Amino acid sequence: MLKYLLPVGLFAVLVGFLYFGLGRDKETLPSPLIGKAAPVFELTRLDDPGKTFSNSEFAGKPYVLNVWGSWCVGCRQEHGALLEIARRGEVPIVGLNYNDERQAALNWLEQLGNPYVVSAFDGEGRVGIDWGVYGAPETFLVDANGKVIKKHVAPITVEIWEQEFVPLLAQAKAGSP
Amino acid sequence: MTPRRRRMTLVALIVLGVGAATAFALTAFQDNLLYFYSPSDVSAGKAPADRVFRVGGMVPEGSFTREPGSLEAHFVLTDYAHNVKVSYTGVLPDLFREGQGVIARGRMGADGVFVAEEVLAKHDENYMPPEVADSLKKQHQKPPADGPLPTT
Amino acid sequence: MAAELGHFALILAFCLALPQAFFGLMGAHWRRPHWIALANRAVAGQWVFTLFSFACLSYVFYQNDFSVLYVAQNSNSELPTFYRFAAVWGAHEGSLLLWLLVQATWALGVAAFSGNMPQQMTSRVLGVLGLISAGFALFILMTSNPFLRLWPAAPDGRDLNPLLQDPALAIHPPMLYIGYVGFSVPFAFAVAAMLEGKLDSLWARWVRPWATVAWMFLTCGIALGSWWAYYELGWGGWWFWDPVENASFMPWLIGTALIHSLAVTEKRGLFKSWTLLLSITAFSLSLLGTFLVRSGVIESVHAFASDPGRGLFILSFLGVCVGGALALYAWRAPLFRSNAGFAAVSRESFLLFNNMLLVGATIVILLGTTYPMFMDAFGLDKVSVGPPYFEAMFLVPMLPMVFLLAPGMHAAWKKASFDSTKKILGLLLGVAIVLALAVSVGAYGWNSVMTVVGLTAAFWVAGAALVDPISRWRNGHSLPASIIGMSVAHFGLALFIIGATTVESYKEETDLSLKPGQTTEHAGFEFTMTKVEDVDGPNYQAVQSEVVITRDGEQVAVVHPQKRVYRVQKNAMTEAGIDAHWNRDLFVAMGEPLGEDAWSLRLQYKPMVRFIWLGAAVMALGGLIAICDRRYRKRVTVDEGAAAAAGAKTA
Repeated sequence: MLKYLLPVGLFAVLVGFLYFGLGRDKETLPSPLIGKAAPVFELTRLDDPGKTFSNSEFAGKPYVLNVWGSWCVGCRQEHGALLEIARRGEVPIVGLNYNDERQAALNWLEQLGNPYVVSAFDGEGRVGIDWGVYGAPETFLVDANGKVIKKHVAPITVEIWEQEFVPLLAQAKAGSP
Repeated sequence: MTPRRRRMTLVALIVLGVGAATAFALTAFQDNLLYFYSPSDVSAGKAPADRVFRVGGMVPEGSFTREPGSLEAHFVLTDYAHNVKVSYTGVLPDLFREGQGVIARGRMGADGVFVAEEVLAKHDENYMPPEVADSLKKQHQKPPADGPLPTT
Repeated sequence: MAAELGHFALILAFCLALPQAFFGLMGAHWRRPHWIALANRAVAGQWVFTLFSFACLSYVFYQNDFSVLYVAQNSNSELPTFYRFAAVWGAHEGSLLLWLLVQATWALGVAAFSGNMPQQMTSRVLGVLGLISAGFALFILMTSNPFLRLWPAAPDGRDLNPLLQDPALAIHPPMLYIGYVGFSVPFAFAVAAMLEGKLDSLWARWVRPWATVAWMFLTCGIALGSWWAYYELGWGGWWFWDPVENASFMPWLIGTALIHSLAVTEKRGLFKSWTLLLSITAFSLSLLGTFLVRSGVIESVHAFASDPGRGLFILSFLGVCVGGALALYAWRAPLFRSNAGFAAVSRESFLLFNNMLLVGATIVILLGTTYPMFMDAFGLDKVSVGPPYFEAMFLVPMLPMVFLLAPGMHAAWKKASFDSTKKILGLLLGVAIVLALAVSVGAYGWNSVMTVVGLTAAFWVAGAALVDPISRWRNGHSLPASIIGMSVAHFGLALFIIGATTVESYKEETDLSLKPGQTTEHAGFEFTMTKVEDVDGPNYQAVQSEVVITRDGEQVAVVHPQKRVYRVQKNAMTEAGIDAHWNRDLFVAMGEPLGEDAWSLRLQYKPMVRFIWLGAAVMALGGLIAICDRRYRKRVTVDEGAAAAAGAKTA
């Protein structure tokens, strides 16, 4: 009798293992940056190669850094949500235009609308590496002291914004000690 | 032989065969397990000196060099805390680029340079080899100021 | 609009799968003929709607409708039309829809070709297939809907992964899926037999052609995948023991065991519960393969969609389907004990060994594929199991199996004496050894004992496969299709072994740097790079070099390897230049520019490599011939069926 039960037993063990294997969370890749100072960068502005922008201009103020590229479908997916978040005006959104071509990026903003107070042009993705970007889109929340306190990988939605970012905004404005 | 004895012999033979095969399997298994180490593990001396293993990390910008006309390439793998120097002779995968996560398989050379026999990069620009992602996760440190990464 | 229609049709297909399952299973259970008829109609309806849904997705691809997210992710306006259709199954969502379509088509096939089966059996089988369809349809609708809109629409798409822009890969997934999904039919038959509590020789006769067809497609699918990896991944290997490949190979091995075990069940009424277990396992491994590839539990060189949410669904589905079937097995299998005996040397024994060794090989692969995951699950070391493990361990069960094959083909049922075939088999073995030595030592030079052993096995099997058909033909005996099919398939295996042994023993490869005008010598050929130029494709730019290959001053071939950069994804791709000849391939792949006009090149000499895929194709052909056997077409009346069943029991 036992030998007929053996297969189902073995299978149960296998399923258990697979469940464990699955449980390892691959979605959240906590950035090495969380709780650390945001890397400072200085890049040319997307809309004007003659001018530069540095995130040190936001010293003392919280901001959101959104990594995007015109080649990235996920960015297109989240664009509506970003426009909505920008419209609410809770916190300024800085764009980091990542691994992109300037003209393509400008066309994209013209077509779809521009949620960013300013976009920095990181055509070669060097700053992206400093920020530990795995792939666009990624969204970081930086507090008033210049610390990264939140990171979201994959397209953002208004729901995610409300549930995961908004509760942190007060802390972001105060700036953690 | 009685049928019973014949059956017993057969069973004994099968048990013996399966046993030998299992023993062989376990040895082959042990010999062919490839362990993965992050650059920090390697710097801390955790990686074995005498066997093949894998090391993965990001290839920082500006770290890749190659003598003109030569097949020998040198680059660095980093997890933003520690670096490993890698040398590889041969054709690199199509998606090998600076700023990409890659995995190298090979062994540690006496001079502290990892000699890769194979370099893997994934065919997707949004992809990060999971081992590399994991080891980056563990490194909650800022890139060292004197590291190979340009800090502007 | 088409996307919404497709989505709607998919929902309808799901809605029809449920009554197919319910009426199919319960109609048979409560013996209600009109319920059974309803189930049959649901099968047809489900097929129509799934096909329509699939056609809609193809249409939005054809139309370049980038307001559909899946299209925007996987197509591009510059993508050639042919690949726009192939792009439908180029990623996770669409390939699942393909899976569902194939599933519905198999169910339709069972409904159409079940004339010789009792209605209740058919009905139960269709019911189980309906359950599986419902699971997959729900999976698509809940986690992987390909019809989702993207707003605002993309002006252009992200393009199909350049790796997949290739004719062989365009048909590889459908072939593989027809095979994977095909094993759901023996699975459903097994569940139906367990529900009914009856399993006889006739049952085995019904299942055999389905199992064989599924196996055939899986064979072709795996061979195509291997061929594609060989020339498209650019590095000239034909098998990498990659988890994705292993995931398709494990059901193949179990499917092969199943085909052989079914033969015993049909002819002798034996191995019944074992056959049931193999039927369940073959499909479980197909599902497990999907799980491993789709969920990201195991990452590999070409796993593309990884998403734990999806993995959880497939795992639950796997638990319900397989767990349910195995629980049913634990409950019902004791019913199917058979008492017929057989001698230690008999065809039954040989087939028993065949089965044990095939299952052993599967366990070897399963262990190597899942072990790293187990280690990881417990937070232990991060490891991977290298190809040498698989290469060494796979041979342990396979070598005895191949050597048992030659006598096994000629063993009689119940008790084999080999009186009449001893001589010819011995003679063939002698010839095989001489031939193997001649080929390995004479033609290529001594390599290792294993080379000679492998070639001997191959030549012996090839010879032994031909004995039976030839002697039957010469003596004027009848030659049924099933015998021809078996011989052809085994001959194909021999071809495969010849190819695999030779190429692994005698391949020569080198990486080097070459400038235009320079010549290098490799494996007895001279390779001259004559020029490097830029060429433009429809959606890519490429650097192409021209390499002239000569031997002793005479031109053998000119190949044009390319390094492509696809415009949209900016991926570099290597297109190898291959000169194919029946007994060797010359393979030139471009690496990267090394400066001063020099390029790194990989040169390979691959003797007999074509025999690997030829062998697989011949194996599949053998399956095709076998299912043409007349006894599968004969309509069996109930009386005849009972008589055959009784005959098998008394035999």
